[in-house]
Amino acid sequence: MSLTNETIQQKLTEKFGDVLTGWQEPYGMLTFTAPKDYNLKVLQFLFDDETLAFRFLTDLQAVHYPDDKGAELAVVYHLHNLVDNVRIRFKVFTDINTPEVFSATALYQGANWMERETYDFYGVQFVGHPNLIRVLNVDEMDYFPMRKEFPLEDQTRIDKDDEMFGRG
Amino acid sequence: MERPVQYNNKVKFAGIPEGYMGEGFMATNFEKVVSLARKNSIWPLPFATSCCGIEFMATMASHYDLARFGSERVGFSPRQCDLLMVMGTIAKKMGPVLKQVYVQMAEPRWVIAVGACASSGGIFDTYSVLQGIDQVIPVDVYVPGCPPRPEAILDGFMKIQELVHAEGLRRRNSDRYKDLMESYGIQ
Repeated sequence: MSLTNETIQQKLTEKFGDVLTGWQEPYGMLTFTAPKDYNLKVLQFLFDDETLAFRFLTDLQAVHYPDDKGAELAVVYHLHNLVDNVRIRFKVFTDINTPEVFSATALYQGANWMERETYDFYGVQFVGHPNLIRVLNVDEMDYFPMRKEFPLEDQTRIDKDDEMFGRG
Repeated sequence: MERPVQYNNKVKFAGIPEGYMGEGFMATNFEKVVSLARKNSIWPLPFATSCCGIEFMATMASHYDLARFGSERVGFSPRQCDLLMVMGTIAKKMGPVLKQVYVQMAEPRWVIAVGACASSGGIFDTYSVLQGIDQVIPVDVYVPGCPPRPEAILDGFMKIQELVHAEGLRRRNSDRYKDLMESYGIQ
Protein backbone atom coordinates (compact mmCIF):
# COMPACT_ATOMS: atom_id res chain seq x y z
CA MET A 1 0.00 0.00 0.00
CA SER A 2 1.53 3.23 -1.05
CA LEU A 3 1.58 6.34 1.05
CA THR A 4 -1.09 8.90 0.10
CA ASN A 5 -1.30 12.61 0.86
CA GLU A 6 -4.47 11.97 2.89
CA THR A 7 -2.63 9.50 5.15
CA ILE A 8 0.22 11.95 5.71
CA GLN A 9 -2.15 14.81 6.50
CA GLN A 10 -4.19 12.62 8.83
CA LYS A 11 -1.14 11.39 10.74
CA LEU A 12 0.26 14.88 11.11
CA THR A 13 -3.07 16.30 12.28
CA GLU A 14 -3.42 13.48 14.82
CA LYS A 15 -0.02 14.33 16.25
CA PHE A 16 0.02 18.14 16.05
CA GLY A 17 -3.65 19.16 15.84
CA ASP A 18 -4.41 22.67 14.64
CA VAL A 19 -0.81 23.82 14.80
CA LEU A 20 -0.23 22.89 11.17
CA THR A 21 -2.01 25.12 8.69
CA GLY A 22 -2.10 26.08 5.04
CA TRP A 23 -2.70 22.59 3.64
CA GLN A 24 -2.38 22.61 -0.14
CA GLU A 25 -1.63 20.17 -2.91
CA PRO A 26 -0.16 22.17 -5.80
CA TYR A 27 0.64 19.73 -8.64
CA GLY A 28 -0.18 16.87 -6.27
CA MET A 29 2.58 17.73 -3.80
CA LEU A 30 1.40 18.04 -0.22
CA THR A 31 2.39 21.42 1.25
CA PHE A 32 1.78 22.79 4.72
CA THR A 33 2.94 25.42 7.18
CA ALA A 34 3.99 25.22 10.81
CA PRO A 35 4.96 27.82 13.41
CA LYS A 36 8.70 28.23 13.38
CA ASP A 37 9.17 26.79 16.89
CA TYR A 38 7.67 23.54 15.67
CA ASN A 39 9.95 22.95 12.69
CA LEU A 40 12.24 20.42 14.40
CA LYS A 41 9.35 18.59 16.09
CA VAL A 42 7.57 18.18 12.76
CA LEU A 43 10.75 17.12 10.96
CA GLN A 44 11.60 14.64 13.72
CA PHE A 45 8.09 13.15 13.62
CA LEU A 46 8.19 12.85 9.83
CA PHE A 47 11.60 11.19 10.12
CA ASP A 48 10.83 8.75 12.95
CA ASP A 49 7.34 7.59 12.05
CA GLU A 50 7.47 4.12 10.51
CA THR A 51 4.85 4.77 7.82
CA LEU A 52 5.85 8.34 7.00
CA ALA A 53 9.63 7.84 7.02
CA PHE A 54 10.63 11.08 5.32
CA ARG A 55 14.34 10.44 5.76
CA PHE A 56 15.81 12.43 2.91
CA LEU A 57 16.05 16.21 2.86
CA THR A 58 15.97 17.04 -0.84
CA ASP A 59 16.29 20.77 -0.49
CA LEU A 60 16.10 23.60 1.97
CA GLN A 61 15.82 27.24 1.08
CA ALA A 62 14.22 30.55 1.95
CA VAL A 63 11.83 32.95 0.24
CA HIS A 64 11.46 36.64 0.98
CA TYR A 65 7.93 38.10 0.95
CA PRO A 66 8.55 41.77 1.80
CA ASP A 67 4.82 42.62 1.93
CA ASP A 68 3.88 40.05 4.59
CA LYS A 69 4.69 42.05 7.69
CA GLY A 70 5.80 39.85 10.57
CA ALA A 71 6.26 36.79 8.33
CA GLU A 72 8.64 38.10 5.68
CA LEU A 73 10.95 35.10 5.48
CA ALA A 74 9.77 31.60 4.65
CA VAL A 75 12.08 28.64 5.17
CA VAL A 76 11.01 25.74 2.97
CA TYR A 77 11.93 22.10 3.50
CA HIS A 78 11.51 19.58 0.71
CA LEU A 79 11.33 16.05 2.08
CA HIS A 80 11.38 12.73 0.31
CA ASN A 81 10.20 9.32 1.41
CA LEU A 82 12.56 7.06 -0.50
CA VAL A 83 10.61 3.85 0.17
CA ASP A 84 7.25 4.95 -1.23
CA ASN A 85 8.75 7.68 -3.43
CA VAL A 86 6.57 10.44 -1.99
CA ARG A 87 7.61 14.06 -1.66
CA ILE A 88 6.22 16.79 0.60
CA ARG A 89 6.93 20.45 1.13
CA PHE A 90 6.95 22.06 4.55
CA LYS A 91 7.25 25.76 5.35
CA VAL A 92 7.89 27.89 8.39
CA PHE A 93 7.56 31.67 8.38
CA THR A 94 9.57 34.09 10.46
CA ASP A 95 9.79 37.81 11.11
CA ILE A 96 12.71 39.36 9.23
CA ASN A 97 13.78 41.24 12.38
CA THR A 98 14.14 38.00 14.36
CA PRO A 99 15.18 35.49 11.70
CA GLU A 100 16.12 32.73 14.14
CA VAL A 101 15.04 29.24 13.09
CA PHE A 102 16.18 25.98 14.63
CA SER A 103 18.81 24.16 12.60
CA ALA A 104 18.00 20.77 11.09
CA THR A 105 21.64 19.69 11.02
CA ALA A 106 21.22 17.30 13.95
CA LEU A 107 18.60 15.40 11.97
CA TYR A 108 19.97 15.73 8.45
CA GLN A 109 23.72 16.13 7.87
CA GLY A 110 22.86 17.40 4.41
CA ALA A 111 21.20 20.44 5.91
CA ASN A 112 24.60 21.85 6.86
CA TRP A 113 25.57 23.50 3.57
CA MET A 114 21.97 24.19 2.59
CA GLU A 115 21.48 26.19 5.77
CA ARG A 116 24.76 28.01 5.20
CA GLU A 117 23.58 28.92 1.72
CA THR A 118 20.20 30.08 3.05
CA TYR A 119 21.98 32.17 5.67
CA ASP A 120 24.31 33.53 2.99
CA PHE A 121 21.55 34.78 0.72
CA TYR A 122 18.64 35.52 3.09
CA GLY A 123 20.22 35.98 6.50
CA VAL A 124 18.22 33.28 8.26
CA GLN A 125 19.98 32.58 11.57
CA PHE A 126 19.88 28.83 12.09
CA VAL A 127 20.09 28.23 15.83
CA GLY A 128 22.32 25.27 16.62
CA HIS A 129 24.14 25.18 13.30
CA PRO A 130 27.77 24.08 13.87
CA ASN A 131 29.38 26.51 11.39
CA LEU A 132 27.01 29.21 10.18
CA ILE A 133 29.23 31.23 7.83
CA ARG A 134 28.87 32.30 4.21
CA VAL A 135 29.41 29.53 1.70
CA LEU A 136 29.08 31.09 -1.77
CA ASN A 137 29.52 34.84 -1.45
CA VAL A 138 32.66 36.72 -0.46
CA ASP A 139 33.25 36.84 3.27
CA GLU A 140 33.39 40.63 3.27
CA MET A 141 29.82 40.94 1.98
CA ASP A 142 27.79 42.88 4.54
CA TYR A 143 24.25 42.20 3.33
CA PHE A 144 22.04 39.32 2.20
CA PRO A 145 21.74 39.77 -1.55
CA MET A 146 18.59 37.77 -2.28
CA ARG A 147 16.43 39.90 0.00
CA LYS A 148 14.17 41.99 -2.18
CA GLU A 149 15.35 45.38 -1.00
CA PHE A 150 18.75 44.86 -2.62
CA PRO A 151 18.95 45.42 -6.39
CA LEU A 152 20.50 42.69 -8.49
CA GLU A 153 23.01 44.99 -10.17
CA ASP A 154 26.44 45.58 -8.74
CA GLN A 155 26.24 48.89 -6.88
CA THR A 156 29.93 49.71 -7.12
CA ARG A 157 29.80 50.49 -10.85
CA ILE A 158 29.76 54.09 -11.95
CA ASP A 159 30.23 53.67 -15.70
CA LYS A 160 26.84 52.21 -16.60
CA ASP A 161 24.37 54.75 -17.88
CA ASP A 162 20.93 53.85 -16.51
CA GLU A 163 19.13 55.44 -19.46
CA MET A 164 20.71 52.97 -21.84
CA PHE A 165 19.23 50.13 -19.82
CA GLY A 166 15.69 51.52 -19.80
CA ARG A 167 15.67 52.46 -16.12
CA GLY A 168 16.76 56.10 -16.18
CA MET B 1 66.26 26.44 -57.34
CA GLU B 2 62.63 25.88 -58.28
CA ARG B 3 61.06 22.95 -56.50
CA PRO B 4 57.92 21.24 -57.77
CA VAL B 5 56.00 21.78 -54.50
CA GLN B 6 56.75 24.60 -52.13
CA TYR B 7 55.29 24.80 -48.65
CA ASN B 8 55.60 27.59 -46.16
CA ASN B 9 56.91 30.01 -48.69
CA LYS B 10 55.43 32.96 -46.80
CA VAL B 11 57.58 32.57 -43.70
CA LYS B 12 58.29 35.93 -42.13
CA PHE B 13 61.32 36.48 -39.97
CA ALA B 14 61.53 38.97 -37.16
CA GLY B 15 63.24 42.07 -38.51
CA ILE B 16 66.84 42.72 -37.64
CA PRO B 17 67.16 45.64 -35.23
CA GLU B 18 69.05 48.59 -36.57
CA GLY B 19 72.69 48.66 -35.71
CA TYR B 20 76.16 48.69 -37.08
CA MET B 21 77.06 45.65 -39.10
CA GLY B 22 80.28 44.47 -40.58
CA GLU B 23 81.79 41.21 -41.66
CA GLY B 24 81.21 38.67 -38.87
CA PHE B 25 79.83 41.07 -36.27
CA MET B 26 76.90 43.29 -35.47
CA ALA B 27 76.65 46.00 -32.87
CA THR B 28 73.27 47.16 -31.70
CA ASN B 29 71.32 48.39 -28.75
CA PHE B 30 70.99 45.83 -25.94
CA GLU B 31 67.44 47.00 -25.23
CA LYS B 32 66.40 46.28 -28.80
CA VAL B 33 67.78 42.76 -28.71
CA VAL B 34 66.10 42.01 -25.41
CA SER B 35 62.73 43.37 -26.49
CA LEU B 36 62.95 41.44 -29.76
CA ALA B 37 63.62 38.24 -27.87
CA ARG B 38 60.89 38.87 -25.34
CA LYS B 39 58.37 39.80 -27.98
CA ASN B 40 58.79 36.57 -29.89
CA SER B 41 58.91 34.17 -26.97
CA ILE B 42 56.02 35.16 -24.75
CA TRP B 43 54.89 32.36 -22.46
CA PRO B 44 51.17 32.73 -21.83
CA LEU B 45 49.44 31.60 -18.65
CA PRO B 46 45.81 30.86 -19.48
CA PHE B 47 43.42 31.74 -16.65
CA ALA B 48 40.31 30.38 -18.32
CA THR B 49 37.03 30.27 -16.40
CA SER B 50 34.32 30.03 -19.05
CA CYS B 51 33.38 30.30 -22.72
CA CYS B 52 36.23 32.64 -23.68
CA GLY B 53 38.51 29.87 -22.47
CA ILE B 54 36.97 27.56 -25.07
CA GLU B 55 37.76 30.15 -27.73
CA PHE B 56 41.29 30.28 -26.43
CA MET B 57 41.58 26.51 -26.79
CA ALA B 58 40.69 26.95 -30.46
CA THR B 59 43.21 29.79 -30.71
CA MET B 60 45.88 27.60 -29.19
CA ALA B 61 45.14 24.58 -31.38
CA SER B 62 46.44 23.83 -34.84
CA HIS B 63 43.99 25.82 -36.97
CA TYR B 64 44.66 29.25 -35.47
CA ASP B 65 47.95 28.21 -33.90
CA LEU B 66 49.10 30.68 -31.30
CA ALA B 67 52.53 29.08 -31.62
CA ARG B 68 53.09 31.07 -34.81
CA PHE B 69 53.64 34.11 -32.59
CA GLY B 70 56.36 32.51 -30.53
CA SER B 71 54.02 31.18 -27.86
CA GLU B 72 54.39 27.49 -28.44
CA ARG B 73 54.88 26.95 -24.75
CA VAL B 74 51.69 27.63 -22.78
CA GLY B 75 52.76 27.49 -19.18
CA PHE B 76 50.61 26.52 -16.23
CA SER B 77 52.80 27.92 -13.52
CA PRO B 78 52.67 31.66 -12.91
CA ARG B 79 56.33 31.65 -11.96
CA GLN B 80 57.42 30.75 -15.48
CA CYS B 81 55.04 32.89 -17.51
CA ASP B 82 55.15 36.39 -18.95
CA LEU B 83 51.57 36.94 -20.01
CA LEU B 84 48.49 36.34 -17.88
CA MET B 85 45.52 35.72 -20.17
CA VAL B 86 42.30 36.13 -18.19
CA MET B 87 39.44 34.61 -20.12
CA GLY B 88 35.96 34.45 -18.68
CA THR B 89 33.80 35.66 -15.83
CA ILE B 90 35.70 36.40 -12.66
CA ALA B 91 33.46 36.20 -9.59
CA LYS B 92 34.27 38.51 -6.71
CA LYS B 93 35.26 35.49 -4.69
CA MET B 94 37.89 34.66 -7.30
CA GLY B 95 39.34 38.18 -7.31
CA PRO B 96 41.92 37.49 -4.56
CA VAL B 97 42.92 34.24 -6.30
CA LEU B 98 43.55 36.08 -9.55
CA LYS B 99 45.58 38.69 -7.73
CA GLN B 100 47.61 35.96 -6.04
CA VAL B 101 48.39 34.41 -9.42
CA TYR B 102 49.45 37.81 -10.75
CA VAL B 103 51.66 38.49 -7.75
CA GLN B 104 53.39 35.13 -8.20
CA MET B 105 54.46 36.04 -11.74
CA ALA B 106 57.95 37.42 -12.19
CA GLU B 107 58.57 40.82 -13.78
CA PRO B 108 58.21 41.73 -16.58
CA ARG B 109 54.62 40.55 -16.75
CA TRP B 110 51.70 41.50 -18.92
CA VAL B 111 47.96 40.95 -18.62
CA ILE B 112 45.35 40.57 -21.32
CA ALA B 113 41.63 40.62 -20.48
CA VAL B 114 39.84 38.48 -23.05
CA GLY B 115 36.12 38.97 -23.51
CA ALA B 116 33.43 41.21 -22.10
CA CYS B 117 33.32 39.56 -18.67
CA ALA B 118 37.01 39.90 -17.90
CA SER B 119 37.04 43.43 -19.30
CA SER B 120 33.92 44.88 -17.67
CA GLY B 121 31.80 42.17 -16.07
CA GLY B 122 29.88 41.83 -19.32
CA ILE B 123 26.27 40.78 -19.01
CA PHE B 124 26.85 39.81 -15.40
CA ASP B 125 25.99 43.14 -13.84
CA THR B 126 25.36 41.49 -10.50
CA TYR B 127 26.47 41.56 -6.89
CA SER B 128 28.61 38.45 -7.19
CA VAL B 129 30.71 39.24 -10.28
CA LEU B 130 33.81 41.40 -10.45
CA GLN B 131 33.04 44.28 -12.82
CA GLY B 132 36.26 44.00 -14.80
CA ILE B 133 39.52 42.48 -13.64
CA ASP B 134 41.18 45.91 -13.71
CA GLN B 135 39.61 46.42 -10.30
CA VAL B 136 42.12 43.88 -8.98
CA ILE B 137 45.15 43.85 -11.30
CA PRO B 138 46.46 46.22 -14.00
CA VAL B 139 45.50 45.20 -17.55
CA ASP B 140 47.52 45.89 -20.70
CA VAL B 141 45.14 44.87 -23.48
CA TYR B 142 41.38 44.38 -23.52
CA VAL B 143 39.81 42.10 -26.15
CA PRO B 144 36.11 42.82 -26.72
CA GLY B 145 33.60 40.16 -27.72
CA CYS B 146 31.26 37.70 -26.07
CA PRO B 147 33.13 35.51 -26.67
CA PRO B 148 35.72 37.01 -29.05
CA ARG B 149 36.66 35.10 -32.17
CA PRO B 150 40.09 33.46 -32.15
CA GLU B 151 41.18 36.13 -34.64
CA ALA B 152 40.29 38.78 -32.05
CA ILE B 153 42.31 36.99 -29.39
CA LEU B 154 45.24 36.79 -31.81
CA ASP B 155 44.84 40.49 -32.54
CA GLY B 156 44.95 41.22 -28.82
CA PHE B 157 47.99 39.00 -28.51
CA MET B 158 49.73 40.93 -31.30
CA LYS B 159 48.93 44.17 -29.48
CA ILE B 160 50.68 42.68 -26.45
CA GLN B 161 53.64 41.86 -28.70
CA GLU B 162 53.77 45.49 -29.81
CA LEU B 163 53.74 46.61 -26.18
CA VAL B 164 56.50 44.16 -25.28
CA HIS B 165 58.54 45.31 -28.25
CA ALA B 166 58.18 48.98 -27.40
CA GLU B 167 58.79 48.61 -23.70
CA GLY B 168 62.09 49.93 -22.43
CA LEU B 169 64.29 47.84 -20.17
CA ARG B 170 63.96 50.22 -17.25
CA ARG B 171 60.22 50.81 -17.40
CA ARG B 172 59.47 48.48 -14.52
CA ASN B 173 61.88 50.42 -12.33
CA SER B 174 60.20 53.76 -12.98
CA ASP B 175 58.32 55.64 -10.29
CA ARG B 176 55.23 55.70 -12.46
CA TYR B 177 55.14 51.93 -12.64
CA LYS B 178 55.71 51.66 -8.92
CA ASP B 179 52.83 54.06 -8.32
CA LEU B 180 50.63 51.89 -10.53
CA MET B 181 51.49 48.79 -8.51
CA GLU B 182 51.00 50.77 -5.33
CA SER B 183 47.50 51.76 -6.45
CA TYR B 184 46.61 48.08 -6.70
CA GLY B 185 48.21 47.36 -3.37
CA ILE B 186 50.87 45.08 -4.85
CA GLN B 187 54.39 45.02 -3.25
